[in-house]
Amino acid sequence: MSKPTPVTADSTVVRIEHLNKWYGDYHALKDISLTVSAGERIVVCGPSGSGKSTLIRCINQLEKHQRGTIEVLGETLDDNIKRLERIRRSVGMCFQHFNLFPHLTVLENCTLPQTANLHAPQAEAIERALTLLDKVQMRDHANKYPGQLSGGQQQRIAIARALCMRPRVMLFDEPTSALDPEMIAEVLEVMVDLAQEGMTMICVTHEMGFAKKVADRVVFMDGGEVIEHAPPARFFQFPESSRTRRFLDQILDHGVSA
Amino acid sequence: MTTTTLSTPTSSQTLPPRVASRAWGWARRQLFPSPLQALLSMATLILSGWFAYVALDWLVFSATFVGTSQADCTGDGACWLPITQRLGLFVYGFYPETQRWRVDIAFALAAGVFPLLYIKRIDRRWTLAYLVLLPFAMWWLLKGGPGLPDISSTRFAGILVTVFLGVVGMVFALPIGILLALGRRSKKPVIRVLSVLYIELIRSVPVITLLFMASLMIQLFLPSGWNLDILLRVLAVLVLFTAAYMAETVRGGLQGMPKGQYEAAAALGFSYWKAMGLIILPQVLRNTIPPLLTQFVGLFKETTLVMVVGVLDVVGIAMSTTSTPEWIGRENEVYLFLALFFFAICFALSRYARYLERQLEKSRQ
Ligand SMILES: Nc1ncnc2c1ncn2[C@@H]1O[C@H](COP(=O)(O)OP(=O)(O)OP(=O)(O)O)[C@@H](O)[C@H]1O
Ligand SMILES: [Mg+2]
Repeated sequence: MSKPTPVTADSTVVRIEHLNKWYGDYHALKDISLTVSAGERIVVCGPSGSGKSTLIRCINQLEKHQRGTIEVLGETLDDNIKRLERIRRSVGMCFQHFNLFPHLTVLENCTLPQTANLHAPQAEAIERALTLLDKVQMRDHANKYPGQLSGGQQQRIAIARALCMRPRVMLFDEPTSALDPEMIAEVLEVMVDLAQEGMTMICVTHEMGFAKKVADRVVFMDGGEVIEHAPPARFFQFPESSRTRRFLDQILDHGVSA
Repeated sequence: MTTTTLSTPTSSQTLPPRVASRAWGWARRQLFPSPLQALLSMATLILSGWFAYVALDWLVFSATFVGTSQADCTGDGACWLPITQRLGLFVYGFYPETQRWRVDIAFALAAGVFPLLYIKRIDRRWTLAYLVLLPFAMWWLLKGGPGLPDISSTRFAGILVTVFLGVVGMVFALPIGILLALGRRSKKPVIRVLSVLYIELIRSVPVITLLFMASLMIQLFLPSGWNLDILLRVLAVLVLFTAAYMAETVRGGLQGMPKGQYEAAAALGFSYWKAMGLIILPQVLRNTIPPLLTQFVGLFKETTLVMVVGVLDVVGIAMSTTSTPEWIGRENEVYLFLALFFFAICFALSRYARYLERQLEKSRQ
């Protein structure tokens, strides 16, 4: 079990089967199945409260599920906390509210997870952090504290911090929805770059432009269920479900009027 | 006062109105806004001025500072001779005179904590190592051990005891308090229940009861022949008592942490202890330093209770002084000295807490 996890033959990164999750009596996820292969980009969308965050947070077990199986990089998620911690190091996550560590500088935010969890030597951690900060164009701010930076800048740092762990898959939970409009573009740009480099990504987002541009598949959720699951071309032009159509009308209208 | 708010019409149109000197402006606004208020202010000022004069006269101007016995106290003011003549006793207790340098070094080590906390450039790891080693160094210096002759605990008294209990108590109480706070929020039921029980039990018993229990009952539980030093026993009580209160403060800080911090740490693969030690607790402690320092002040004052189980701290020495025939009738001076001693230290600590609070407010903006 301590060997580096081999990618399964069909290079599946995440395999979710018959996933069910309850909050108390509330059935938040209903029998969800989803398989993501290496290099695939999945966009998850749906109305508020439909269970998008819950789904994506089950993948790194920030939420525990009650029924069904989740396999990440060939390992089934269960109560083994040591294994879970190891898997989490290969699964990057970006949050809506960035969640940078405010008592650490930007650079320390990026180096501490490496030195503490990957046992990387300090010098190596700094080098990697600076490379990735450069990539998100935040290298000049390496010695500032998160509180001194704008939301867009913080989110780009959060992406760099996650990438420092050399993740095999990246999870994004509405990374742009807490940002002012003028900062959304700079974060999306970083995400598009990442997608074009072949990173496996699962993104909860309402940025339909992003979905059209990079997604291999779009998953539409409502009421804890997957309603529609299709490549973007089909998803946007020929949605099967009336609920999907209504949702698309709403957010696309909004996109025009905004 | 040459400044005036009246100015010629021409200048008032081109120049901002001239502001009277700040002190005078403040006095006018705050003290003399109306005739009645002015009268009240004047009366108060005169009264407090008179009171200050009388107090200072008794404390300093007409007081006796030099001399050897009551007979030298001829002035109308205070007689500070019971303090000056017995200063050695107040500071060192019955510590052998030839060994007092050990106490001096121990005091210096304790005082060294403050510059360490103030100077930000010092690596936190050094500060931590210093704080961890301090209690052991103090115990070794004061009590004896390898290289130093043993001093009987019965010779420990006075400020020596107060400072030892205060400083060592502080160093041990915080980590235990942190562990209790974490225990209380633990997902493991046994640990959680034990922590809650401990915290609630200790907090609902007066510290004086615990001290009596420590002096009498601990002996029942120790194997016969064992004898835990009485100083260590009262120290243990003070530490365990303060820790229970600190646990609640730290728990408040833990609850106040945004959930996102825990989640970000977990998502990056931090284990529980690493997340706590590197991400959560550094932030929580920074935010709770002011209330924790307040609790340290409380601990420092509570050390005076050890007197009830026969350990003579600075209050004990004061009481023995007032009951010596030689210094009888000088209670006022002795207790005033005590009050000043505690005030000086506690006031410094609370100013420090206030200073840190302001720093925090600034850094939050
Ligand atoms: N910790 C919780 N306890 C109880 N119910 C919860 C909890 N978290 C989420 N829920 C409920 O589960 C449902 C799905 O929540 P989730 O956060 O996954 O929705 P979402 O699709 O991400 O919505 P949004 O677009 O608003 O972020 C919601 O009805 C929510 O009220
Ligand atoms: Mg959500």
